[in-house]
Amino acid sequence: MSVILVFLLVIAGFAGWWLSHQRLTAKPWLEQGLAGDLVGLERSALPTAKIGLGVFLAVVGCLFSLFTSAYFMRMGLPDWRPLPLPRLLWLNTGVLVLSSVALQCAVIAARRGQTDMVRLGLATAGLTALAFLIGQLMAWRQLTDDGYLLDSNPANSFFYLITAMHGLHILGGLVGLGRTSTGAWNGARPERLRLGIELCAMYWHFLLFVWLGILAVLAGWAATFVSICQRLLT
Amino acid sequence: MVDVTPADAVPPAEVGEMELYHPHSWWTKYVFSQDAKVIAIQYSATATAIGLVALVLSWLMRLQLGFPGTFDFITPEAYYQFITMHGMIMVIYLLTALFLGGFGNYLIPLMVGARDMVFPYVNMLSYWVYLLAVLVLVSSFFAPGGPTGAGWTLYPPQAIMTGTPGGNDWGIILMLSSLILFIIGFTMGGLNYVVTVLQGRTRGMTLMRLPLTVWGIFTATVMALLAFPALFVACVMMLLDRLLGTSFFMPAIVEMGQQLQHSGGSPILFQHLFWFFGHPEVYIVALPAFGIVSDLISTHARKNIFGYRMMVWAIIAIGALSFVVWAHHMYVSGMHPYFGFFFATTTLIIAVPTAIKVYNWVLTLWRGDIHLSIPMLFALAFIVTFVNGGLTGLFLGNVVVDVPLSDTMFVVAHFHMVMGVAPILVIFGAIYHWYPKVTGRMLDETLGQFHFWVTFLGAYLIFFPMHYIGLIGVPRRYAELTDMTIMTESAHHLNSFISIIAFLVGFAQMVFLFNLIWSIRHGREAGGNPWRATTLEWQTPQTPPAHGNFGKELPIVYRWAYDYSVPGAKEDFIPQNVPGDFRPTREPA
Repeated sequence: MSVILVFLLVIAGFAGWWLSHQRLTAKPWLEQGLAGDLVGLERSALPTAKIGLGVFLAVVGCLFSLFTSAYFMRMGLPDWRPLPLPRLLWLNTGVLVLSSVALQCAVIAARRGQTDMVRLGLATAGLTALAFLIGQLMAWRQLTDDGYLLDSNPANSFFYLITAMHGLHILGGLVGLGRTSTGAWNGARPERLRLGIELCAMYWHFLLFVWLGILAVLAGWAATFVSICQRLLT
Repeated sequence: MVDVTPADAVPPAEVGEMELYHPHSWWTKYVFSQDAKVIAIQYSATATAIGLVALVLSWLMRLQLGFPGTFDFITPEAYYQFITMHGMIMVIYLLTALFLGGFGNYLIPLMVGARDMVFPYVNMLSYWVYLLAVLVLVSSFFAPGGPTGAGWTLYPPQAIMTGTPGGNDWGIILMLSSLILFIIGFTMGGLNYVVTVLQGRTRGMTLMRLPLTVWGIFTATVMALLAFPALFVACVMMLLDRLLGTSFFMPAIVEMGQQLQHSGGSPILFQHLFWFFGHPEVYIVALPAFGIVSDLISTHARKNIFGYRMMVWAIIAIGALSFVVWAHHMYVSGMHPYFGFFFATTTLIIAVPTAIKVYNWVLTLWRGDIHLSIPMLFALAFIVTFVNGGLTGLFLGNVVVDVPLSDTMFVVAHFHMVMGVAPILVIFGAIYHWYPKVTGRMLDETLGQFHFWVTFLGAYLIFFPMHYIGLIGVPRRYAELTDMTIMTESAHHLNSFISIIAFLVGFAQMVFLFNLIWSIRHGREAGGNPWRATTLEWQTPQTPPAHGNFGKELPIVYRWAYDYSVPGAKEDFIPQNVPGDFRPTREPA
């Protein structure tokens, strides 16, 4: 359970940092009125939707940390036979990076008010994300053809389970991206559109980060890293 | 002292107004409503309805335990199904949904001075997914093979094997699917509760001016958002083990003489995941109760809460600590002694912030102007009950005490006291307290007195003897306790006694339900602020609060939530939105 505990530690650190700015040592029974120093303690200047997405991403991060925790615990048992990662995954990774970059371009274009660039960025991001999903399905296909079935080994089970979970999150993101894109073509209000694109980009970057983490775990680098750390500690 | 002039009324323009969704038809106003208040009532009604099912199940179990061998229809399989569904419904579908979905939805926007939750559409979706989860759960009663009988912890491998009711039928599949749906629905709601507290607060409502109810619900929601994914992961993986033959949790095992295709899985892995959710869950239920009780006590004792800052810090500390104690549920599964030592230590440390809270409640009562209204009675009963249940928790937190007691009725008595009876008492108190705001009418006092005394005394008559039964070694989870040497004559008599009291207490809940429905029309008119309370929900222009909660302008908060009996003030309470300084050293505004 060490992965999830480390993740929670990060969350706790963030929460602690935020709480330390909220004057938890105040003595509210002595402070009446709207003193000037209270104003800074009200809501954040960030858009509410971004904070909402941030909280949601913390939950998603928690979910994947737990899958990783379970992965490491199950990995220690004797019947574990790691499966060879299909080469295709590297191509998929590249496509997902491209998708993230395209959305970042759309964000920059939206800030500058370049409608054409925004549309181009959104379309590229959507298509590359779709390509990533198709690529993942093809990777599954390759593995099953080679005899690495879901139930033949726990390493296979985890591979399919975690990639499926990640794919589902991408799919959900595509729904959001679709709605934002509809706005971009139908002439939504610029500031609203910009917020929508920024939210999509935030989600995309996060899922890319999660994917890189997953890749590190599935490829075994994470396990090597952990064992090196353990050796250093003992 | 902070120097504040009385003339500090600031124009309210600086709070951006949110775009409210206005309903256009009866359907969008009362059914597919995006108003947090309506959603709160929907959540509460659904949770109460499914809770009644769980109450009936507990009666059926008591029939079997109190009068073993008398009722033919309660087979061992049925008994396990009753246990499982009773536990799961009470913990998740009733307590979690009612505290967070019900009270959270109703109170957070009103108490922080918001028009509604920040994402009303997602909030509505949250309820409908929850309802779907409940329907899937209920459908398992009618599925072939009946609901699952794996125990509420659903431990594999037995949960998905033939010997267990529902194990290779629909029961376990529907249970796991329902939990997955519940978690998805809860996440939608939880995002709302957290972000509304962060971003929906009105002008002047700093975190340290929030009522403790909001602090409790807020912290519990943060914990739930981080803990429920563990249950989600466990459910998904078990579902794959059951349906697609993977071996996440399933070891190589023989079922009815047949070698199953599973091999090498780890049931302990499931236990880690389950309890990583399961222990925070205790506090997900307890923290809102702590918060609500603080407000009830302060309001009905006409005195500011003692040690507000400590109360807030204790809530945060309990929330953080509860993530590092989960393995104390797994002492009997076996673990490295150092781990046992670590988890016993963290478990005992939680007693410190919890004790701070108890002392502060008692000190709030000290020399207060205590009104023994029904909400106050329930709040007082909660303190006593929580201390009782908490103390047996200290016994069980120690490995050497837990191992012999773990499989006895002592544990049943312990957790029913601490996370069954105690939070339910708070829920009752909170309903008596806020019902006038929700409906505009008071609940009937006489029926309330009856309900309180029967419930409170009854709960003790049920669970005190159960500790004793557990100490003499009567095991829990056994469907049939007749021919055991351990079952002395007196243990049998006690079991029958407990069962009879359980029926009486259950009957008192029917009186309460009758009161709830009857008082909607026939209760005494309550007015806007019957308890003369300070928090913002009592200052709304209409009662029940209209769509948008507050009139044209949002209230501005000038003080904390506990200005009761301030010397020099005209009345014994000053609402949070009243400007000016009422301390005796100054001229009143």
